[in-house]
Amino acid sequence: MTYLAAVLLVLGTAFLLIAAIGVVRLPDPLQRMHSSTKAGTLGATLLLLGVILASNVEELGSTSALTILFLLITLPIGAQLLARASYVSGAQLEGLEDDPLASELERSVSKPKELAEDP
Amino acid sequence: MIDLPVLAGFLAIPLALALLLAGWRMVSGPSFADRFVALDMLTGVAVGFAALTTIATGRGTFLDIALGISLINFVATAAFAVFLERKRRQK
Repeated sequence: MTYLAAVLLVLGTAFLLIAAIGVVRLPDPLQRMHSSTKAGTLGATLLLLGVILASNVEELGSTSALTILFLLITLPIGAQLLARASYVSGAQLEGLEDDPLASELERSVSKPKELAEDP
Repeated sequence: MIDLPVLAGFLAIPLALALLLAGWRMVSGPSFADRFVALDMLTGVAVGFAALTTIATGRGTFLDIALGISLINFVATAAFAVFLERKRRQK
């Protein structure tokens, strides 16, 4: 049981670190969101599972299980809201040649940086 | 046998590195959407820190903190998303 908990803790930390590296390295907001919501949720969930296995008290297990459940329910909803908002607010997206959402959602045009800074 | 509290203490070091990386994206992110994605990432790291602290200190109170952080994060993300869309409509 202790070994399993240790493995889960190491895996969870590794996933969170990979997610943070992805947030820094990937080129546009949607890809960064892909890294932070999937790998980040998995990392936090693995760490909380490790707490469940490491602790013998039942109260800790129920709180961790509740937190895991809550993370798994709310993070996809939050990511969907944020993705829609970042599309609508006109963040620069990589590889967006023909845009299937163009007829559905109004999108503000993002300017290049030099133009945006000039008054 | 592995000493879990000591392991949890050592695992806080790579997690602090993750915190640093996400914080850098939050400071430097070119658009507002990038900053909010970084905020999401910071919440995941904070929940992870709370879990590690629970094991390192043996106090269950830190798990309640993890639950509270994840609750606040959902409301904050929804509010920021609405803020971004409304900001676009005002132009």
